[in-house]
Amino acid sequence: MSEHKNGRTRAPGKVSRRRFMTATAAAAGVAAVGLPAVHLRAADPLKVGTYGGYFKDSFDKHIYPDFTKATGIAVESIGEPTGEAWLVQLQTAARAGQAPADVSMMAQVTRIKGQNAKLWAPLDEAKLPNTKRLPEHFVHRYADGSICGVGAVSWYITLVSNTKTYPKAPTSWKELWNSANKDRLGLLALVSNSFLLEVTAATWFGGTKILDTEEGILKVMQKLAEVKPNVRLWYRDEGQFQQALESGEIPMGQYYHDVTGLAASKGQPVRSTFPAEGGVLDSGSWCVSKASKQIEQAQVFIDYMSQPSTQAVLSRKVGTAPTVPRKHLDLTAEEFAAVASDIPAIIPRYDMYEKRSDWLNQKWSELIAG
Amino acid sequence: MTGARMTLRDGLLPAFPALALVIFFLIPFGIMLTVSFFHRVPEAFYEPAFEFANYARFFSPFFGKILVFSMFVSACAAVLAVVIGFPFTYFLSQMPRRQQIPLIVFLLAVLSLSEVIIGFAWSTLLSRTAGVSNLLVWVGLMERPEAFTPSFTALLLGLCYLGFPYTVLVMYPSLSRLDPELPEAARMLGASPMRSFFTVIVPCLRNTIVGTLILVFVFTLGAYLLPQVLGRPQHWTLSVHITDQAIFQSNLPFAAAMAIFFLLVSLALVGLTLLVGKDTETAA
Repeated sequence: MSEHKNGRTRAPGKVSRRRFMTATAAAAGVAAVGLPAVHLRAADPLKVGTYGGYFKDSFDKHIYPDFTKATGIAVESIGEPTGEAWLVQLQTAARAGQAPADVSMMAQVTRIKGQNAKLWAPLDEAKLPNTKRLPEHFVHRYADGSICGVGAVSWYITLVSNTKTYPKAPTSWKELWNSANKDRLGLLALVSNSFLLEVTAATWFGGTKILDTEEGILKVMQKLAEVKPNVRLWYRDEGQFQQALESGEIPMGQYYHDVTGLAASKGQPVRSTFPAEGGVLDSGSWCVSKASKQIEQAQVFIDYMSQPSTQAVLSRKVGTAPTVPRKHLDLTAEEFAAVASDIPAIIPRYDMYEKRSDWLNQKWSELIAG
Repeated sequence: MTGARMTLRDGLLPAFPALALVIFFLIPFGIMLTVSFFHRVPEAFYEPAFEFANYARFFSPFFGKILVFSMFVSACAAVLAVVIGFPFTYFLSQMPRRQQIPLIVFLLAVLSLSEVIIGFAWSTLLSRTAGVSNLLVWVGLMERPEAFTPSFTALLLGLCYLGFPYTVLVMYPSLSRLDPELPEAARMLGASPMRSFFTVIVPCLRNTIVGTLILVFVFTLGAYLLPQVLGRPQHWTLSVHITDQAIFQSNLPFAAAMAIFFLLVSLALVGLTLLVGKDTETAA
């Protein structure tokens, strides 16, 4: 299962050798025959980048064939590395007028960085009718109001526990601070993937507004420092925590809702709970490189992906939480509960990570390891 | 003609290791050194520049403490590995050849285990749910099972395990070549086996022992997974923080600066050890 999340967060994507060779062969063929470039472009598939690994495999299998059937637009699936690497590649290529992918799924912090650099092509709202149903935090806009990105997939990080050690499900993130849980928690080790500052702010400071300023962030960190005696493991590797959670070695912590549910359905004594303060909703968004020559097709794709029916397919087959509100979906109660919750989510403060990354990272290291 | 050819070959032979050193060590080191002075760009990777900001960030009580701890834990692991490894290797070298070989093969097999496997194996072995404490409860030595990991001891155990095969393999040649007449003579003069071990064998092999200490020290300094798996955050060594910066924060200039400083301090420490060793040798 760790591959599942690894694929989501950090599996490095590569252009497969086969694809590279086909591309090279096609280019050579064109050069030999001397076809006009315009002709080639018309037949070009839409290049869509998703995180290499689990996401790319799932999209290849469950999404692209239906999309091509419905719209006639062929898709070339690109596995992209997560983190900054893909942003840097897109930026460098765009300077040369190239787009390694027309549409890319971007993590939020990198999406904001691209937005600041005006790397994303502004999209035509009239061509994206399905995005009207999306909540505000899934429609990203430039300062002038034009759309520069649309929520693609989302997933929850929740409070998880071992059912043998905790016969009664916990109800609040406050359990992390409960002294009865001394040396029993597993939490994510990095400031930028644990979102524990948002959790602390939402639990004790009435919301994430306090994270606007450095003083506020330090106040939140001070509160968060109180959980340290309860933490047995600060994990970077998800497999490590999941195994410890299942065995009861580390019976509580934060983890991915869908993966925990899947483990429970396979008979493991684990459960995922949406605390009263909400689960953390992390997500990836579609962005179009300004160097893309297929903006029209890209808009068709993004609109297709934002349909309630496509989001329902994603929830059923890929295990992601829908970006579309529940009332528009035909998911059964059970299907919905497997990926999401009606409790309002804690939305990460991506702007904070974008603005203060090094400062935040330093303070975080001092908080955890100091 | 023959004479000329000989000179050519004589000139080329030492050139090969020198070339290898340049390609595999000096060039990568040079790149790292260069990057450590580059300017970090948070929204990209880095820009060529010449600034000391990365080093300045490192010179803080926080990283100073981590540096000292990293040296301390590796030194402890080196001493422990040698304290266990030296008598082990001595007795191994005294065994008949036929019994030695399977043991050495076993040690070589341990070398093939990666840090990941060693880390996870020890964390299971020291866990509450599946670990040795269950055995102790069963025997009646403990009341209820307990987790021994993460802790400093667990980390030290893991590092020793990592360094132990090297300890044995480095000391084995010297110990097996040790003239058996030396301890025999000591015993004939009335020394107990214990006494002859400490007053004759150990001093004879002082250089080997110092060499092994340095090897295990340097080797365990580079461990970055064991501290994460077996230690608490305060036990995360500088190698863990370098990994965090390089991989998770994409801050290569800072990671390079930390690595360079780490390398220099370790080299200085090793140099100092050798210098002290030389001094005592001349004094004796």
